[in-house]
Amino acid sequence: MSLFSQEELANIRRSQAEWEAKELAAALKARPEEQAAYQAECGIPLQRVYTAADVGHIPAEELGFPGAYPFTRGAYPTMYRGRPWTIRQVAGFGNPEATNRRYKYMIEAGQTGLSTDFDLPTLLGLDSDDPMAFGEVGRVGVAIDTIEDIDRLFDGIDLEKISVSLTINPSAWVIYAMFVAVAEQRGCDLKKLAGTLQADPLKEYVAQKEWIYPVERAVRLLRDLIMHSTRLTPKMNPISLSGYHLSDVGGNAVQEIAFTMAFTIAYCEAVMAAGMDIDEFAPRLSFFFISHQDFFEQICKFRAARRVYAKIMSQRFKAKKPESMRLRVHVQTAAMSLTKVEHHNNLMRTAIQALGAVLGGCQSMHTNGLDEAFAIPTEEAMKLAIRTQQIIRDEINVTSVIDPLGGSYFVEKLTWDMEQEIWKVLGEVDELGGAVKLVVDGWFQRKLADSAYEIFKKIDTGEKVSVGVNRYVDEQSTRAKVEIHPYDDECTQLQVSRLQAVRAKRDSQRVRTLLEELKQQARTDDVNLLPKTIELAKARATLGEICGALREVWGPYEEPIAV
Amino acid sequence: MTEPAQSTNNIRVLVAKLGLDGHDRGAKVVARILRDAGMEVIYTGLYKTPLQVVSAAIEEDVDVIGVSLLSGAHVPLFKELGKCLREQGAEHIFVVAGGVIPEEDYQALRDSGVDAIIPQEARAELIVTAITELVKARGRI
Amino acid sequence: MKRAGYRPSLELVPEVLAGSRAAIARMISRAEGGYAEAAEALAAIYKSAGKAHIIGITGVPGAGKSTLVAALIKSLSLEGHKVGVVAVDPSSPFSGGAILGDRIRMNEVAQASQAFVRSMATRGHLGGLAPATLQAVDILDAAGYSPIIIESVGVGQDEVEIVKAAHTVVVLSPPGLGDDIQAIKAGILEIADIHVVSKADKPEAAATVAALKGMLKLGGSAARSTWSPPVLTVSALSGQHLDSLKATIRQHWSHLKSTGELAVRQRDFCRTRIFNMARHLFQEQFHEGAEDFERQLEAVVSRESDPLTAANVLLGWNEERHS
Repeated sequence: MSLFSQEELANIRRSQAEWEAKELAAALKARPEEQAAYQAECGIPLQRVYTAADVGHIPAEELGFPGAYPFTRGAYPTMYRGRPWTIRQVAGFGNPEATNRRYKYMIEAGQTGLSTDFDLPTLLGLDSDDPMAFGEVGRVGVAIDTIEDIDRLFDGIDLEKISVSLTINPSAWVIYAMFVAVAEQRGCDLKKLAGTLQADPLKEYVAQKEWIYPVERAVRLLRDLIMHSTRLTPKMNPISLSGYHLSDVGGNAVQEIAFTMAFTIAYCEAVMAAGMDIDEFAPRLSFFFISHQDFFEQICKFRAARRVYAKIMSQRFKAKKPESMRLRVHVQTAAMSLTKVEHHNNLMRTAIQALGAVLGGCQSMHTNGLDEAFAIPTEEAMKLAIRTQQIIRDEINVTSVIDPLGGSYFVEKLTWDMEQEIWKVLGEVDELGGAVKLVVDGWFQRKLADSAYEIFKKIDTGEKVSVGVNRYVDEQSTRAKVEIHPYDDECTQLQVSRLQAVRAKRDSQRVRTLLEELKQQARTDDVNLLPKTIELAKARATLGEICGALREVWGPYEEPIAV
Repeated sequence: MTEPAQSTNNIRVLVAKLGLDGHDRGAKVVARILRDAGMEVIYTGLYKTPLQVVSAAIEEDVDVIGVSLLSGAHVPLFKELGKCLREQGAEHIFVVAGGVIPEEDYQALRDSGVDAIIPQEARAELIVTAITELVKARGRI
Repeated sequence: MKRAGYRPSLELVPEVLAGSRAAIARMISRAEGGYAEAAEALAAIYKSAGKAHIIGITGVPGAGKSTLVAALIKSLSLEGHKVGVVAVDPSSPFSGGAILGDRIRMNEVAQASQAFVRSMATRGHLGGLAPATLQAVDILDAAGYSPIIIESVGVGQDEVEIVKAAHTVVVLSPPGLGDDIQAIKAGILEIADIHVVSKADKPEAAATVAALKGMLKLGGSAARSTWSPPVLTVSALSGQHLDSLKATIRQHWSHLKSTGELAVRQRDFCRTRIFNMARHLFQEQFHEGAEDFERQLEAVVSRESDPLTAANVLLGWNEERHS
């Protein structure tokens, strides 16, 4: 950032040296600092103070302007002045009707986009009457077996007007097919459908662990989904490249971004190998990151991520359109940072993390309820979470200026440092054979498990503070009760009976024929499986039947040894 | 018959994941904690059935089966696990539960044969002690 | 809650011979624990063993051993074999504990078949397979399991030692080792009865096969046998060429029997086991901290005595050596 001449920078360094010798030395003599060294959570060392001299080497082009390459300062030129971030809180449980009711409540409360969680059987491609689904139907999310469930889920909701985020992975392409089929049924203009599918397989194998098929097959399914969605539903984001889960299983900020980018590269390569031009699909790639505890580290992380992505798209993939280089991100605050002890503290934690995401320039956000991760979010908790975002947006005047921390010596230096660390990791991945190979080998998994253990040890020894848990411990403090989604027998019965009704009413012979055709297509690599899947959805094939058919052809996934 | 005075056997623990729960961060951290405490840990990997877990526990002659469950399906799964252990004549194996388990379910778990329930924010020492105390109290087998 | 008491090892022997999984598992633990009380039982078991075909599978970490073993278990079990597996992993030199992860790849197939899979840690045993590992093989052998697969990580010395415990040694290499192949493989060329390059579906696999064949031609394998070690490639995940590997293993077994080499190898195994056991007993008895050992140690440190004399004293062979 050559705002200062070399001579000025030299002056600054000299002044700093004088200050260190004089005022600083005296202060240290009177009282040493509490730690020998300071660092960001991800390990990057932190200086006592930053000056222009620390960022003198950063070219001005690295910073740029909001909404223009390299997007360090923001994805859009007007950011929140033009449009605030979307308040998008996740909801989903029980039968589709129950979720539908919660949707309508949240929309009333001010939510501007919908987000859906699915139950474990749906996530893993199993029908509600599958033996493995026992005890799990509708428990941690909404149960979806057929196109009719998707219809109920969005009953009375105008799909052309509200954007819908679907937190679904290995079975994403089927849910998408059902979603599109419903929209068609309703006479919606598919070009107006807006929303996001999570659909990011590589992070599943290393973090969230929802899987059905071997790694390469899952990547193929994603490729098909991206290619088909780009043409059929151009306003939808067929994937939410997720760093959140990488952090959730122990990844630090650098790993979160670097690994996500490594996976992104693998996906782009797969789509381009099938003949699609980067500029055709890249504009609809969206991201999902966490906002964690280290306030400034996280803000710098978002800025570094935008810059890295812009460079990957333009330099590695030769994208031409600015939309292909723009990183758009949905953020969720860090559930792992929340405590059961004195759980009201979680409100403050979440508010700070949310502020970090805003100063980092997110496009949409889910703030955790104060009892998230150990209880079923009550309406009260969800309302407080929404209010947290509304207060940040409307009361504290942080949205008037774009990238307000830009230009801070510290923020620019840390952004730069994080960017360099991210490139190092990406270089290593390239050298070792690419993301897909390393996922199969268990490389990412081992790194994340190492990281998780390091964090555990730090909390165990007290090196990393958790207020109320390992410091300022008060025996009298409230402990939130652990609550889990109860097994709802009624919900299961309803789902199962509906399944049976659908199977009875439909043309099952036709379904069987279509399934065979799907399997045939799956035996080769070059047929897009989406059209057949949409046909199957319309014919009332079930999620379990469609996913099961491909498992017959491709076999299951076996996890590598990486403890 | 008296027990041998000395034996050099490490405590063996099977760390298992049951049902559709895909959270393995805790299980893997516990595996390392136990290894660092000198135990031998066999990790099953994700998505195992109670029968697969019990079968492994018998072959590996483990002292303890540790199950980490964050999906909320602990009541039916531990019940099934306890049943399997009884049917396979393996009730000498201790069962330790961890994860997201509400206090009101503790009794149901104990009724299913769970010997210790580890709270989520537990220190490493507590986890290690819970296991060593169980094994010490039983004596060698 | 019923908790078992200590059952004498001799009581377990007939159950082991009858194939009781619980008894087999417990007996292996007794062997691992070095229980004095178990010695007689283990002796009895040894006498009943000797029927099984023992296959050693070794290779660098990441070569895909566990995946291959899982595939072999499934395939051999379908043919009606009772497959035994001992999967060895290193213990932590710091804590003495271990994480034994091989089972991750074998759980489903182990439970679904009649196979018996046991994970064992090296427990600080330096150089070669621990006596307990070989006793575990005896136990499975006596219980009627055959083949018995010993799976161990091939790193340095341990890799070579497996040849002294297995009839058929399979060395697994990951594809794409390229230039490293020279450096790493010096030892294993001599020990492998069968070379396998894993992940046959990868393009690099063929190149690695060619490289290994090239090195073998240069005379890497010492004249240990009249058997010419073939280089195969297998994809454990897809099953590609797995039948070929099984057939080759069977052929090797036949070869050993028909040429009389089997008897030679068995004899070598016994020789090694006696030495291993003697060394193990010596280390157990004269460990750090043992009184008589410490006394001799002090003497050697202060140069009042010398290492040879000290060893003789400890062994009970108090012959003075004169220069």
